[in-house]
Amino acid sequence: MSLEYPGDLKYLDTHEYVRLEGEIATIGITAFAVDQLGDIVFLELPEVGDAITKGETFGTVESVKAVEDLNSPITGTVIDRNEPLLDAPEQVADDPYGEGWFIKVRVNDPGEIDDALTADEYSAQVEG
Amino acid sequence: MVKQEENALPLYKTPLYFLAQELKARLTSFGGWEMPVQFSGITNEHEAVRNAAGMFDISHMGKFTFQGKNLITKLQYLVPSDLSRLQPGQAQYTVLLNPEGGIIDDIIFYYQGENSSGEQQGVIIVNAATTSKDKAWLLQHIDANELNFQDLSKGKILIAVQGPKAVEYLQPFVQSDLSQVKAFGHLEAPVLGKTAFLARTGYTGEDGFEVMLDPEEGVKLWRSLVDAGVIPCGLGARDTLRLEAAMALYGQDIDDTTTPLEAGLGWLVHLDTKGDFIGRPILERQKTAGVQRRLVGIQMQGRNIARHGYQVLSAGTVVGEVTSGTLSPTLGYPIALAYVPTQLATVGQQLEVEIRGKTYPAVVVKKPFYRSKARVANS
Repeated sequence: MSLEYPGDLKYLDTHEYVRLEGEIATIGITAFAVDQLGDIVFLELPEVGDAITKGETFGTVESVKAVEDLNSPITGTVIDRNEPLLDAPEQVADDPYGEGWFIKVRVNDPGEIDDALTADEYSAQVEG
Repeated sequence: MVKQEENALPLYKTPLYFLAQELKARLTSFGGWEMPVQFSGITNEHEAVRNAAGMFDISHMGKFTFQGKNLITKLQYLVPSDLSRLQPGQAQYTVLLNPEGGIIDDIIFYYQGENSSGEQQGVIIVNAATTSKDKAWLLQHIDANELNFQDLSKGKILIAVQGPKAVEYLQPFVQSDLSQVKAFGHLEAPVLGKTAFLARTGYTGEDGFEVMLDPEEGVKLWRSLVDAGVIPCGLGARDTLRLEAAMALYGQDIDDTTTPLEAGLGWLVHLDTKGDFIGRPILERQKTAGVQRRLVGIQMQGRNIARHGYQVLSAGTVVGEVTSGTLSPTLGYPIALAYVPTQLATVGQQLEVEIRGKTYPAVVVKKPFYRSKARVANS
């Protein structure tokens, strides 16, 4: 398997990624997760304004076969969610780190993601 | 999502396992076997079966053969269906029942007729996870010596070729005219030069054949069908296809605690034409008094998918449980099977399903959710 794990992102061992730019975090799922899930058919995401908490569930992603909780890598307030993706969740697969993002969050403490995995650590875990 | 976990128990592998590996299929454990869940993607495989042809390695299923003077009489006592009306070359989908009328397993009995010494011959195909349970039950109720029972479960390969073009793709490898075989008909004929058992049955709601043959020819047939353009399919597509066709999955939709009358399998119960059988008193009572609950088809009103184990509500009160659910690839909306009280089991009945703490509207719809035009024309 040769899936990509961009070096500027941080990762959870439960296959969510976070891209932190200042105090704004963009959250989605990794190429590995997309590959494992297969055809993604449904996505449930929090509303703009909702608070999410590090380590807790913020939504769900469903493939034809399975439903999986989405775990938050960070604490903060949802400022945007990917509305077009809710109508066409299968498009996550085309560009998980770009157009396939799930939510944007204004974070309380950027330092919270320090213990998340680097790209190398994550890729070693899923492909090792 | 969740972390990856290693399987703790060693799993059986079918003789076609290495071909799934070659094709980089995603594998899963199912009923004690390591089986492909998908090859090219569930949606793609599902559509191949609906529109052209797909094939499944179902070698993990239990395969028994019987031979003896009073085969039909012995088996008649174990199932609610009247097997005596079967002609050689015909088959009956039916269920093994326990004394409570509960379903031990759903099976297909293929009646092959009598041999030259007047012995009746037949084949029974059962679910993978229930193979040893069924075998024990059958051997408990028949005399294995008298009936000459054989368990071919591990020795033979079973390949299901399904879809409107299944016969077209399969025919070149079979020395017999498959178009002459009716739905649920079966025969023994040479496949790639060696005798095989072929049945016009399946679990997808489409036309097609299930082929039982030796491993060497099975591997050759699989490779030949791949080369011919038949799409390899895994258990994922098998589940979405069978659910659209509203075919029950043992262990989810039916089990030891559900009777055929509750499960909407009343058409298997022939109380009027056959004598005593295990579970008969319960089914007679249910037939007279009516059942308390029924397995119904449900269509979700939104995009949320009802899944196995989710609760079904009516006016805010829990009334039942979803047994199987998915997003229907063919129909484009979520469908499910659920047990609900009989008074709520009529088509058009509004219900709700609880999904992750919220309730969503659903409606009882006619089963099956999808019916193949090709299959209707054929049967």
